[in-house]
Amino acid sequence: MFPFNFEWIWDMSHVVFMGGLWFALTILGLGMTYCVIKAVIDTAKGKGAHHEEH
Amino acid sequence: MKQERPKKFGMVIDLDKCTGCGACLVACMSENNVPFKPDESDKLTSITWMRVYQLNNGKPYPETDICYLPRPCQHCEGDHGHSPCVSVCPATATDYGMETGIVSQIYTRCFGCRYCMAACPYHARYFNWWDPVWPDGMEKYLNPSVSVRMRGVVEKCSFCYHRYQTAKDKAIYQFAEGERDSTDLEEDEYQTACTQACPAGAIIFGDLNNPSHRVHQIAQPDEKHAGRPKNPKAFRLLERLGTNPKVYYLSSRDWVRRAGDNYLEGEGKLKRH
Amino acid sequence: MDTALIPEGVKRDPLWKFVLKLGPVVAVLIWGVVAMLLCWIKGLNQTNMNDYYGFALWIWADLAVIALGGGAFFTGLLKYIIGKEELKNIINFAVLVGFICYSSALLILAIDIGQPLRGWFIFWHANVHSMLTEVAFCLSCYFGVLTIEYLPLILENRQLDRVPFIHNLSHNMHEIMAVFAATGAFLSFFHQGSLGGVAGVLFGRPFAFREGLFIWPWTFFLFTWSAAACGPCFTIMLLKITEKITGKKLVKDDVVRLLAKIAGWMLFTYIIAKIIDTWYWAAVTAPSKGFGLMEFYSNNGFYGIWILILEVVVGGVIPALILITAKGRSNPKTLTLAVVLAVIGVSVNRWAMVLQVMAVPVMSFDQWALYYPSWQEVATTLLPVAYGIILIALSHRYLPVWPQERELNPVEATAGPVSAEAAPGAESEEETSAEPEPAPAQA
Repeated sequence: MFPFNFEWIWDMSHVVFMGGLWFALTILGLGMTYCVIKAVIDTAKGKGAHHEEH
Repeated sequence: MKQERPKKFGMVIDLDKCTGCGACLVACMSENNVPFKPDESDKLTSITWMRVYQLNNGKPYPETDICYLPRPCQHCEGDHGHSPCVSVCPATATDYGMETGIVSQIYTRCFGCRYCMAACPYHARYFNWWDPVWPDGMEKYLNPSVSVRMRGVVEKCSFCYHRYQTAKDKAIYQFAEGERDSTDLEEDEYQTACTQACPAGAIIFGDLNNPSHRVHQIAQPDEKHAGRPKNPKAFRLLERLGTNPKVYYLSSRDWVRRAGDNYLEGEGKLKRH
Repeated sequence: MDTALIPEGVKRDPLWKFVLKLGPVVAVLIWGVVAMLLCWIKGLNQTNMNDYYGFALWIWADLAVIALGGGAFFTGLLKYIIGKEELKNIINFAVLVGFICYSSALLILAIDIGQPLRGWFIFWHANVHSMLTEVAFCLSCYFGVLTIEYLPLILENRQLDRVPFIHNLSHNMHEIMAVFAATGAFLSFFHQGSLGGVAGVLFGRPFAFREGLFIWPWTFFLFTWSAAACGPCFTIMLLKITEKITGKKLVKDDVVRLLAKIAGWMLFTYIIAKIIDTWYWAAVTAPSKGFGLMEFYSNNGFYGIWILILEVVVGGVIPALILITAKGRSNPKTLTLAVVLAVIGVSVNRWAMVLQVMAVPVMSFDQWALYYPSWQEVATTLLPVAYGIILIALSHRYLPVWPQERELNPVEATAGPVSAEAAPGAESEEETSAEPEPAPAQA
């Protein structure tokens, strides 16, 4: 999973497979981070405080 | 140390000589601390690294003929180490040793998904459905060179790999002490337990890559055709699947050689049975 | 009692009725949990699996629920990427069903492995050449995606939504949902495919083995394709069941018909590909290994050729033909029949690709092996079903799963601005929301 695992080899299979995995995880992680940070900023700005519906 | 040619340990089993006595089976269980249950009648959950099958030609008396076929792990090479089981293990718990040709099983890393068992057409892989329990006192007789396996992992024949390690250690030590010229092992320095136990001498073990070893001389593996035997009496189990096993069988009987593989109706005189 | 938690403007059973209805389901759940604990504590000797059937009921259940859960990724793909906006009315439910299916699959896998505490080895010591590794990675990641897709729905619960931060968070997650959905579709393509690859790469098992493209056997593509076709059918089937149980229409017909049409064409093209694959395998691949087609089917009644007919004709051709015709999918009866048949078809396909692979002997002197599951296996397989029912029931009750429900089932205004909980006798009647004026159907 990580380059420091002893079975790790820097070959095409590992780069493609793990590249895909870390790419997907990065998108999910960054996406959620963006949502949370933006929600904090929005809340600080007073957004969504008195909404009746959405 | 000079670069040695990789070894390819393999076996030749002469089915004309095998009497089906089961000594190989017992020797294997004893050597490798293979666990057993109080009731071993259900063979579908028994662990038998070496298993002896009884084949018959399907003909009525007096033409009935039987043959016993011992089946250890075939240590398939597949296509350049792409053996059926090694390639599928998700946790790298089984490995194809490029230096020895032996398919290893790392018990402490196996998490018991059993995908390798699904992949093996020879049923050479066994799952520990229970924790091993030894009869009182028997644990003192266990082989200290072989770790016992816990519940929930897969195990199989290792070609007595611990014997290879012991022989190699000894050779390195002797070489360092000046007692021998090289660390190369002689044919008889590394032999499996089943080979030594067979009273009929039906099992022969050695390096298929070494022309001086008997396995090489008898099987005559054709390296241009993935190790297919050139000896007309020799065959491998399920050759057509491309598993490229390292266990060769010998038989002078046509029906026995044919039983080693599957054929369509028009392809041979003998039908599957 | 729990009126404040129920979405605005919809009718729900009184709490006691809700709890009573779920009683038997909870009993099954407890039964499953007991069996699960037995398997974990005593080991897999609690099952009827053996060395011939290393893969059995559980792996089938895994493959089946993942195929059926494919409705989530495919509906998401259609809505967020391809832009079929109408599907917003069923996407919540599709995500919920997907979430249940994938969490169930992960749970079953955790029971199925011999050393559950070492389950993390599949990530840590990953063998990138194994199809199962690809399955584990994509499945776990996609479960993350489904959680992200399901989370806003939970956050939109009436009470939670009042908290500004939570409201903003769910709003933001909706805003970039297309990114998550695209990632989910990418992951789904690979794990649905690699589940097909699990069987297809077994070159030691002629029943399963298929040639393919690069490292992927044809089963890789067939599994993805069939999941995209049959997953939405399963979503529609569960929708119909939910509508039957709740006694109300929850999604408009045009939405269902659109999804059914797309699923129908997917199924139609899939089944053509499947027939070609089966023909090539029977005529070329298997014979090259020395096997005639009927050798895989002829030994016993249980694994007879009827399996292939049931899968391809009854569970493939027939539902596909029904769903691609406007008449077939407009008639509620034929529509229901088609989605049920499609669900059966894909389940039988997964069954054959797991159980029959194990059953067929490969060595000429080997024997057919038969297997029936132990009660522990059955109970642990029903456990996710019970859990799924409970989660759907809870979501239906407390979360705004159905955007069209208020429009389709208008609730008459309650007598006054008094909450149903406080009103005398309210418990004995169907509860309505506490809000005196139902909000408009569409936000």
